[in-house]
Amino acid sequence: MDDTAREPRRDVKLKTQSVNLHYGDFHALGDITFDIPSCAITAIIGPSGCGKSTLLRIFNRMNDLIPGCRVEGGVFLNGSDIYDKDADVVALRQKVGMVFQKPNIFPMSVYDNLIIGPRHHGVKSKQALAEIAERSLTLVALWDEVKDSLHKPGLGLAVGQQQRLCIARALAVEPEVILFDESCSALDPESTMKIEELMLDLAQKYTIIIVTHNMEQAARISDMAAFMMIDGQKVGRLHEYSPTSDMFISPKDKLTEDYITGRFG
Amino acid sequence: MKKFKEKLSGRVFFALALSSISALALITVFIIVQGVPIIAEVGFVNFIFGMSWAPSHGEYGIFPMIIGSVTVTLGAAILGVPVGLCCAIFLSEFAPARLRNLFRPAIQLLAGIPSVVYGFWGLLFIVPFIRNVLGGPGLSILAGAVILAIMILPTVISISEVSILALPRQYKEGALALGLTHWQTIRSVILPSAKSGIVAAVILGVGRAIGETMAVIMVLGNAVAVPTSILDPVRTLTTNIGIEMGYASGPHRQALFATGIVLFVIIMALNSTAQYITRKK
Ligand SMILES: Nc1ncnc2c1ncn2[C@@H]1O[C@H](COP(=O)(O)OP(=O)(O)OP(=O)(O)O)[C@@H](O)[C@H]1O
Ligand SMILES: [Mg+2]
Repeated sequence: MDDTAREPRRDVKLKTQSVNLHYGDFHALGDITFDIPSCAITAIIGPSGCGKSTLLRIFNRMNDLIPGCRVEGGVFLNGSDIYDKDADVVALRQKVGMVFQKPNIFPMSVYDNLIIGPRHHGVKSKQALAEIAERSLTLVALWDEVKDSLHKPGLGLAVGQQQRLCIARALAVEPEVILFDESCSALDPESTMKIEELMLDLAQKYTIIIVTHNMEQAARISDMAAFMMIDGQKVGRLHEYSPTSDMFISPKDKLTEDYITGRFG
Repeated sequence: MKKFKEKLSGRVFFALALSSISALALITVFIIVQGVPIIAEVGFVNFIFGMSWAPSHGEYGIFPMIIGSVTVTLGAAILGVPVGLCCAIFLSEFAPARLRNLFRPAIQLLAGIPSVVYGFWGLLFIVPFIRNVLGGPGLSILAGAVILAIMILPTVISISEVSILALPRQYKEGALALGLTHWQTIRSVILPSAKSGIVAAVILGVGRAIGETMAVIMVLGNAVAVPTSILDPVRTLTTNIGIEMGYASGPHRQALFATGIVLFVIIMALNSTAQYITRKK
């Protein structure tokens, strides 16, 4: 895959400014400042426990669910602070979708899984919902596989299909950004390939941020790479952030190089 | 030596388990042996659907009691289930840990109060209240339903709370990540996902209500008649046995055992439905 050919567009979709995050007394993220370009794939990489998921979950305020979790600093989506006192979390999550590590299909039919978002966001007409379902399934190339079993339980699908259904479900809400937290780690290589292709497709229109442990994956599909590392106090920091091709060809220092070549982590 | 101890304790536990199971089996056999002949004599249909219960005239129809049990239990479910479900949702989704730790033992305590105390309390407060405010004798279906509604709360609350808490965290996160509000998440994802546990909770609560005797014996009025309003007194299957067993003999006694068989079958059916539903997932 030729990375340099897909030079990311330069407008900034998401931006963090000196973000610090504490889980109670534990300082998990220290002074994270970076810009995420629009319509590109940004990969967050780093060893286990360095705060990748924590950072990702800042963008849709999923950390709000954790009692005692505090976020300081600024996080901006399209220039407006998502942690502002008046910011609407529910509206934010409609704009910033998320796909989890394990497919989390709800125990209901494929169709009900797909339309649950739009249905609650005010789409009432049956026909509009059916169109949304078909469109989202087509986007993830699942339509032909499941069009005859739309009303069967979503949990009956194969894992790879379930994960694509999760992506379709997120797309049905028409987000601007999609977060993927190790979303291929539970899948076989074939399903992984399908989802990688899908991400590349989606990056034409959506801003995509992925967390991955798989360096080949980061190299294959991401435009920008953020390498995180814990410092001496176990605080997660952004060690290097650069275009993926730069990082993989000429890493800033020994630490980044050791990590991406698999010497630790 | 150690091995011997292991073996011995294994045997002891086996013997204990066996004896408790055989006690249950004995009781069951006893009830059936005592009760079945009278059902055969009176006729199954006459026994179940007979409108007249007059043991001194040899009339053994338990239909009014079946109606009594059904109405009181239904009333208890209508009053108790929504309250219990709301409590379970509150405890699992909204209550801060401290409040939850206060609430849970309190609910367990509710389960530990002897049923006769509930009955006594009902007689002193609920019955006069109904008599004065709504009219009628006070001793009524409504009084029994209120008491039973309170008594089934611990079952309904704890089983539905457990089934909500047992849901994978990913369901809730997934729903919130789609931009659903907390309430939408509860209504459209959490409750449907916990449905089987909640249904089981309701069924077990209903089973508890239908089998309860002491608490309702004091507040139902115990008249053997098909009621026309929720303010009428009724007699249930359980209270019928409780009231008459003391002095019954001969076929009368057998008819009470036969009433027991009917109860037994109803409760077994409810419990196995609950088991089936929870296991199906
Ligand atoms: N809910 C929480 N409460 C307290 N500490 C937490 C919580 N979640 C994560 N942490 C801590 O924050 C740090 C970062 O966790 P995080 O899950 O973000 O790491 P990660 O880079 O995603 O790891 P992995 O690669 O294993 O997924 C870890 O030390 C973790 O123990
Ligand atoms: Mg993680």
